[in-house]
Amino acid sequence: MNIWLNFLIDSLAFGATFMYGSTGEILTEKAGHLNLGIPGIMCMGGAGGCLMLNLVGASSLPPFLIVVLGILSSAAAATLMGLIYSFLTVTLRANQNVTGLALTTFGVGLMKVIMSKLNPSVYLVTPKVYYRWPFAGRQDSLQCLGVMFFLGLIIAAAASYVLYRTKIGLHLRAVGENPATADAVGINVTRYKYLTTCIGSGIAGLGGFYYVIDYMASQEAYLSLEAFGWLSIALVIFALWRPHRTIIGSTIFGFLFSCSSFITNLSFIQVTMALKPILKMLPYVFTIVVLIVSSVRNKRENQPPESLGLPYFRENR
Amino acid sequence: MTANHTPQVREPLVHLSRRTEFSPLRAWGVRLAALVLGLIVCGLAAFLLIEKLQQNPGRIGDFYYAFIKGSFGTSRKLWKMLKNLSILLCIALALTPAFRMRFWNTGAEGQTLMGVLGAIAVDFYFGGKWPEALLIPVMLLAAIIFGGVWGLIPALFKARFNTNETLFTLMMNYVATFVVSYFLVIWVPSGSSSLAKLKYGKLPSVVNDYFLIILIALLLTIGLYIYLNYSKHGYEISVVGESVRTAQYVGISVPKVILRTMLLSGMLCGLTGFLIGSGLDQTITTESVGGQGFTAIMVAWMGNFNPLMMILTSGLIQILNQGAAQISQDFNVSGALPDVIVGIMLFFVIGCEFFINYQLHFRRAQSKEAVR
Repeated sequence: MNIWLNFLIDSLAFGATFMYGSTGEILTEKAGHLNLGIPGIMCMGGAGGCLMLNLVGASSLPPFLIVVLGILSSAAAATLMGLIYSFLTVTLRANQNVTGLALTTFGVGLMKVIMSKLNPSVYLVTPKVYYRWPFAGRQDSLQCLGVMFFLGLIIAAAASYVLYRTKIGLHLRAVGENPATADAVGINVTRYKYLTTCIGSGIAGLGGFYYVIDYMASQEAYLSLEAFGWLSIALVIFALWRPHRTIIGSTIFGFLFSCSSFITNLSFIQVTMALKPILKMLPYVFTIVVLIVSSVRNKRENQPPESLGLPYFRENR
Repeated sequence: MTANHTPQVREPLVHLSRRTEFSPLRAWGVRLAALVLGLIVCGLAAFLLIEKLQQNPGRIGDFYYAFIKGSFGTSRKLWKMLKNLSILLCIALALTPAFRMRFWNTGAEGQTLMGVLGAIAVDFYFGGKWPEALLIPVMLLAAIIFGGVWGLIPALFKARFNTNETLFTLMMNYVATFVVSYFLVIWVPSGSSSLAKLKYGKLPSVVNDYFLIILIALLLTIGLYIYLNYSKHGYEISVVGESVRTAQYVGISVPKVILRTMLLSGMLCGLTGFLIGSGLDQTITTESVGGQGFTAIMVAWMGNFNPLMMILTSGLIQILNQGAAQISQDFNVSGALPDVIVGIMLFFVIGCEFFINYQLHFRRAQSKEAVR
């Protein structure tokens, strides 16, 4: 296959990790909660899925069921993390940044403890072929486009539709912009915040699972998950809080992140070692530029949700 | 047919109100209770995660004893704990002025790392060529400038365009990481990208290697306490934090305060970077700060942005860290266990503030009051 096409497909596949993460984070942020626990949640999503595969990976269950069980248990583990976060920030009104960071510390640590106990030959070797359906047998980049890649595309598109084209989405955005007004209209603020945070966390967790079981499919993959969690938070800004834009954004991020290894394959471009860190820095620099430009242009629909990061207590004036 | 038309308004099960007064003694009681509860949950988690404990539940005593043994077992462990406490405290102190201004600086990790880079860059290029008495002050200066600039960049945009500072500073952390790995590639052309320990530019050892660092942290705590509570600058920071409009009304130049405070915050992070670079490591990796910039955010917040309280909170974190490291050693489990234990304890410490700030009124209790 053409090397550039290969490269593009690889970027798409790699980007799906952040696509999940930032779609989840966008939902949470739209409810007014800046969840810095996303890296921890993605890690636990990965650990939860692998834990289940460690149980069923070697069994004689049909492949379809193994795939579904893994996805469900990954989402469940991540949702539990989201539940901890929303209990602390919504019910107990704790500071969101602090809670998120604590959640990341906890999640990353717990994942490492869990993963060190699992057996890669059970949870990884056989199941990864199922997850890479329908391209499992191929030798080129297409092999990475599996079930979960397409699921990610569907989720990102669906999240955009729900957020910007339905009544539920309108209510949700109202909660994130001004919870007091939403409350006055009769929207159940607490329920919206809880549900979106938990669902968002579940989606983000799938990103971690996808990276470990499908894209990288190696037993050391989980060690780099935390960094991709932070990249997902960056992508939220890059996509200006529109889930469908994360599809393009994640491809660009994936492109920049992996081009350092791809460019070395091209004979006509001279790459020094020093260029690699610069290329890897670019996603973050681009994000900063987007953040600055959107604040300079000051267009209302491109701003962070108005009440992002603030706890809501009805009796506060 | 008669229907009952009186509207039935269902009382919620729990009704919340903000506490107006709560004695500090009771507040500390709540915090202590949260710590005990957290430790119990840690014990339960340990049963799930540590196989040696499952086989021999009697060793749970050893589990809890490790928290004391890890930090106070030997004098070496005690010094190490005090050193770790000081470094974490310094970063948390650096964040405090910004946080008091409600500028959510999540970039301490990057600002500190840039400080380390500044110190080590000077050491790398001039170490051995200059006398130590000149080298070390220049390293300090470079560290403070690097950290200050890294803090000033987001502040400029915040002051001018109101750019979201939480996200901006967060991104700057990663840019800093890659700046460091860029320099590592340049400095170590062999390809290993790990810089060997430099021979020069080591902070002189007074009493032992750690004493000077601890002393600096202590002085910084007192200095910052005075600066924030008894100086005009400190007052301006509080006013901007409380209400930007009030600040404008009384004639405080808000952009000026933002820039000045963030410069200070970044410079103090740079100073901590110098302590790490010159006082401890004499080398640099992308992990030189090791996530402490993020932990410091929690330390500062749990300490209520009060420098004196933060000594306690950073002590708590480091005792837990070293205790849990001791546990992973004693029970032979994965090295990531400290993170799990610190995480669980943080949940409880963060959560308990709610019971200090709010009062719960349950439905039954309230209706009885109404009858009376």
